[in-house]
Amino acid sequence: MTWQVATVVALRDETRTARTISLRVDAWLGHLAGQHVDVRLTADDGYSAVRSYSIASAAGGDEALELTVEELEDGEVSPFLAGELAVGDQLEVRGPIGGWFVWRPEQIEPVQLVAGGSGIVPVMSMLRTHRRRPNGTDMRLLYSTRTPETLIFRHELDGADLLYTRMAPPDTVRPAHRLDTADVLTYSLPAAESPTCYICGPTGFVEAAAELFLSAGHTARRIRTERFGGGGT
Amino acid sequence: MTAIGLDGNAAAGWLAEVFRPDATAAVGECAGCGRRAPLADVNVFGGDVGLVLRCVACESVLLRMVRSPGRAWLDLRGLTFLEFASME
Repeated sequence: MTWQVATVVALRDETRTARTISLRVDAWLGHLAGQHVDVRLTADDGYSAVRSYSIASAAGGDEALELTVEELEDGEVSPFLAGELAVGDQLEVRGPIGGWFVWRPEQIEPVQLVAGGSGIVPVMSMLRTHRRRPNGTDMRLLYSTRTPETLIFRHELDGADLLYTRMAPPDTVRPAHRLDTADVLTYSLPAAESPTCYICGPTGFVEAAAELFLSAGHTARRIRTERFGGGGT
Repeated sequence: MTAIGLDGNAAAGWLAEVFRPDATAAVGECAGCGRRAPLADVNVFGGDVGLVLRCVACESVLLRMVRSPGRAWLDLRGLTFLEFASME
């Protein structure tokens, strides 16, 4: 798999700290929903850094490749991508990568998506892909985020179950708290429907959520996870 | 990819340099404790010149990969096997 040059064609702020980067990559062969790309930045002195970023755009389309990047305070790469990067700039990318945390339209079982924070990014690619080409199966999203201000893709969350951990909007029934057993039972597909569950987010969130889904009766082989550390710069 | 807490999904780009099918979807058995899981579901450390995958259950080293220009070196001692879905 070789490194390819990607040109930034558009930038869109999603929240105060998250930004979507639209890239044009010549001879891009498409991706599967949930896959990521490696991005390589090289400084003038030759120092280079590689990081993995999830693809946010739908699979199977011909629009630009979109990555949504959350800026991490101590990050080496993300502050540049989420801040200084400008339209017309060029990056090196390789991908698409990953065959585990992916959803294919041929899958006929129901799907429960579970996102914590910026873990929404690969999950949104799955949701967008499913919306573009509905395959008759149920796909639900449970999205846990700190406050209404930290919601990424806020205009595309109709029908999603939004759970807040720090501060909920005033009209919300559920008070702000971390995901718990009652949430899983109330806001996700029942285990009896045998959904495939895709859980993505920070390590602590993913480990806790996977445990909750197991204790709610879901089987381990139907749970797929992708986690990143708080320092996944 | 230098941070603790990333999982095997982040190693897919590295492994794509040496495996033709995606290796993160392959199930590996830990030689330390016998846990079987896709390589996507393990812990990943390193990421500049070297990569280390460790079992999430017993923390044994499963796989090490080191790269230098034009060369990649793979140590699979920590895995008793890797099971790939058959390729057409």
